[in-house]
Amino acid sequence: MQAFDLYAILPELVLLVVACLLLVASVYVPERQPATPGVEQDIFHTPRGVGFVYFFTIILLVYLILAFVARMDDVSVVAMNGLFQSDPLSNLLKACSCGAVLISLIYSKQYLMDRAIFRPDFIVLALLALLGQFVLISGANLLTLYLGLELMALPTYALVAMRHNNEKSVEAAIKYFILGALASGFLLYGMSMLYGVTGSLDLIEIFRTVADPRVNHLVMAFGLVFIVSGLAFKLGVVPFHMWVPDVYQGAPTAVTLMIAAAPKLAAFALLFRLLVNTLLPLMGDWQPMLLILAVLSLVIGNITAIAQTNIKRMLAYSAIAQMGFVLLGMLSVFDDHAYSASTFYVITYVLTTLGSFGLLMMLSRKGHDCETIDDLKGLNKRHPWFAFIGLVMMFSLAGIPPTVGFAAKLGILEALVDGEHTFLAVVAVIASLIGAFYYLRVVKVMYFDEPKAEHAAEISGSGFARGLLSLNAILVLALGIFPAGLMAVCLDAMRRTLLGS
Amino acid sequence: MILSFSIWIPILFGLIILFYGSEKPTAGVRWLALVGSVLGFIATLPLVIEFDIANPGMQFVEKMSWIPRYDINYHLGVDGISVWFIVLTAFINVLVVVAAWEVIDKKVSQYMASFLILSGLMIGVFAALDALLFYVFFEATLIPMYIIIGVWGGHNRIYAAFKFFLYTLLGSLLTLIAMLYLYNVTNTFDILAWHNARLDIVEQVLLFFAFFMAFAVKVPMWPLHTWLPDVHVEAPTGGSIVLAAIMLKLGAYGFLRFSLPIAPDASQFLGPFIIFLSLVAVIYVGAVALVQKDMKKLVAYSSVAHMGFVTLGFFLFSPLGIEGGIVQMISHGFVAGAMFLSIGVLYDRMHTRQIADYGGVVHRMPAFTAFAVLMAMANCGLPATSGFVGEFMVILAAVDYDFVIGILAATALILSAAYSLWMVKRVFFGAITNAHVEELKDLNAREYFMMAVLSICVIGMGVYPKPVTDIIHPAVINLLQHVAVSKL
Repeated sequence: MQAFDLYAILPELVLLVVACLLLVASVYVPERQPATPGVEQDIFHTPRGVGFVYFFTIILLVYLILAFVARMDDVSVVAMNGLFQSDPLSNLLKACSCGAVLISLIYSKQYLMDRAIFRPDFIVLALLALLGQFVLISGANLLTLYLGLELMALPTYALVAMRHNNEKSVEAAIKYFILGALASGFLLYGMSMLYGVTGSLDLIEIFRTVADPRVNHLVMAFGLVFIVSGLAFKLGVVPFHMWVPDVYQGAPTAVTLMIAAAPKLAAFALLFRLLVNTLLPLMGDWQPMLLILAVLSLVIGNITAIAQTNIKRMLAYSAIAQMGFVLLGMLSVFDDHAYSASTFYVITYVLTTLGSFGLLMMLSRKGHDCETIDDLKGLNKRHPWFAFIGLVMMFSLAGIPPTVGFAAKLGILEALVDGEHTFLAVVAVIASLIGAFYYLRVVKVMYFDEPKAEHAAEISGSGFARGLLSLNAILVLALGIFPAGLMAVCLDAMRRTLLGS
Repeated sequence: MILSFSIWIPILFGLIILFYGSEKPTAGVRWLALVGSVLGFIATLPLVIEFDIANPGMQFVEKMSWIPRYDINYHLGVDGISVWFIVLTAFINVLVVVAAWEVIDKKVSQYMASFLILSGLMIGVFAALDALLFYVFFEATLIPMYIIIGVWGGHNRIYAAFKFFLYTLLGSLLTLIAMLYLYNVTNTFDILAWHNARLDIVEQVLLFFAFFMAFAVKVPMWPLHTWLPDVHVEAPTGGSIVLAAIMLKLGAYGFLRFSLPIAPDASQFLGPFIIFLSLVAVIYVGAVALVQKDMKKLVAYSSVAHMGFVTLGFFLFSPLGIEGGIVQMISHGFVAGAMFLSIGVLYDRMHTRQIADYGGVVHRMPAFTAFAVLMAMANCGLPATSGFVGEFMVILAAVDYDFVIGILAATALILSAAYSLWMVKRVFFGAITNAHVEELKDLNAREYFMMAVLSICVIGMGVYPKPVTDIIHPAVINLLQHVAVSKL
């Protein structure tokens, strides 16, 4: 191994080592119930031991974010004998997923403490899932991609089952595990076909071979079907979406956030690496598949969401529809603008998701989860500022200006019209109109309905977490009004990555 | 910077009030809102005072890069068409704040903030020269209006709020696609550059319909008007005033800024179709207004009919017709605003809007009746009121275009006279019908002030419309040059 290789994987190494050390250290943490429930807690004031793990995790994540931001200007490099690649896009996505995990942890602290699952293993599992995302984002070989995917998935199965005495959680965990394993199987099967045809696991090598007319196209197309199905499972798009609502609903909200936010970035990276970076010559085969998946997700996701009364389920169907939008961005013919529009979409979607689930957690308290739409009734009367945060998140998900959701949808629609898919743009627009209905209903419940007496709950969460949630909402609004900066970052990263590959 | 000030002063005050906010009604919030709206109004005055009549192009232009990735700019400017609407918006905003003074007692800060922010956004729509900036402002107005209807509205307010939001969103989303299409053809979002874009007839017709969806819903044109009566009935007085006086104009303004100059051939080609729809609005909806039992619904239908006049004027493609349409829009802003205000005055006292619950109001509220009758007269286009000027210009242009259309348009005068005067007769005149009317008190100083100001505007514009038309004229001629030149 060269020194250069070490530099490339340094953040991953640090994360791995620290996660392992924290795992060992956590063995010595005594099982303890949290301090008096309902009492305001500041961020680092937690039961001893867990607080230690938590504290180091926060520092680690901040370090990682800074490390990736500092690397943003680096050129693309392939390290570890072609197993691992570090390029501007991967640095951007990794910085964002670190940020997402960091924010998730801060939002969920009080929630987890109230439910007595704020334990070191929770934090360590989250870190290991993050490591999986890193490997996935940087995979330059089918094997690394697969390893990363499994490393990301396994800790999340355990996280979903964290409330092991809760029937719904366990059911969700089993469902998630079985379907996830099935999806992995699909993906692996597709990859093995690809290997069989091209004789290589290396993405660059495959890229070179795939274009070769002597390669058996039929087998490759067959493998591609499995790969796309596996990807669709991981992204949670129709018709491979069945696990999404159940897992979102069944998992504790803190875990839902862990599944809903950062992994989307990794799944997008996987999509980009496999389809665009590697199988671009097969574009004529995978684009129609993506098109069908995208349209189905948009239509079915949005229509089904209307019928939901549980807000976590509703957000799950909304996620399905939003992923449909991301797929639409991949339909253009090798266009850095379109791909960067998808990147922008995913990043801002994750930001909005953090805010929406963060709000749900802060509205939950011990013994009561804020789960149904009715739980939000009259929020404006009780906490106008938090109602406003909810309003910003909902309008952003619906894509109404001046929130960032609009800027994101604008980019995708522009890419579609530019790629002469105007008809698809119209379909997407009509689907979002249907979607607007259920987002609006949440705003309606918060603003127009009378609060129920039993919901006169205080906002839980430390002052720091609340401040961060406010900042999150302001960012969603500010990025909507001034999207140019982030757009430029995404475009730059995408452009240099494409050039480098 | 005048345009930026006009947009951002009310929005800034709105935000301050929102954060200052308190649940209890406090005088501070009201005064702050008043100061904000008055400052916002004052900020727009230089637009009229310093307006260069000789210059038919855009004035007070501001341009800054906003999203360079798509060449989207913060690009503002006004011509003779838009300048009046900006002043009107700021002016109506002051009245709305005053109208809410004692009437609104729950969530005062949110109410005032919504209206101030809404006013800034609407000014932004009229001032935007970048299509995407236009779109952002156009869409963003939905959020405060949705909240205004839903929080302070009547019993069925939630249904109305949803209907309003989804109807308008459907229209504007298709417009967004049209804008993206034009961006791909021209590589810019500059509206003025689009006026010169070359497009074949199929493209033009498709674009025309995409724009038509947004603007026709907003105007609203028959048969897309069904949301308006529902929304008016449920909206609080201020919401109705802003909706009728300004928001409907956003749609009509869109026709002038987008549909006509960007797709001139399609406009000419589809002109008869739009004229047909407009005439249906004028005659059929006018007849529908006649049978309404609820005063607000009656005025709402009358608004649809009057806006039908506006679109009729636009699609006659003559300077007289378009100017008449614009004058009609401004006049309708005053008149419909005043009528909704009058209904609000009655509603605050009696808590009913049913015509049948009134009768003989004149005996208890003589001053109010005088104003209300004046507004009813203006609504049916009596000479020397602002209502006459616009309608007369449009009818004249229509007769010029086609005699039959002229005659059909003129029936509007009869219909509007019928429903306005019949309502006046049933509500204000005759003997006092019940004990509640017996107890009515005449206008207080605040209400008197508002009615008086609006009356001055209505009569002033009716007697001497020249200052208004002088500013409009060069811009309309300029616009018609684009419409006259075929792009094929």
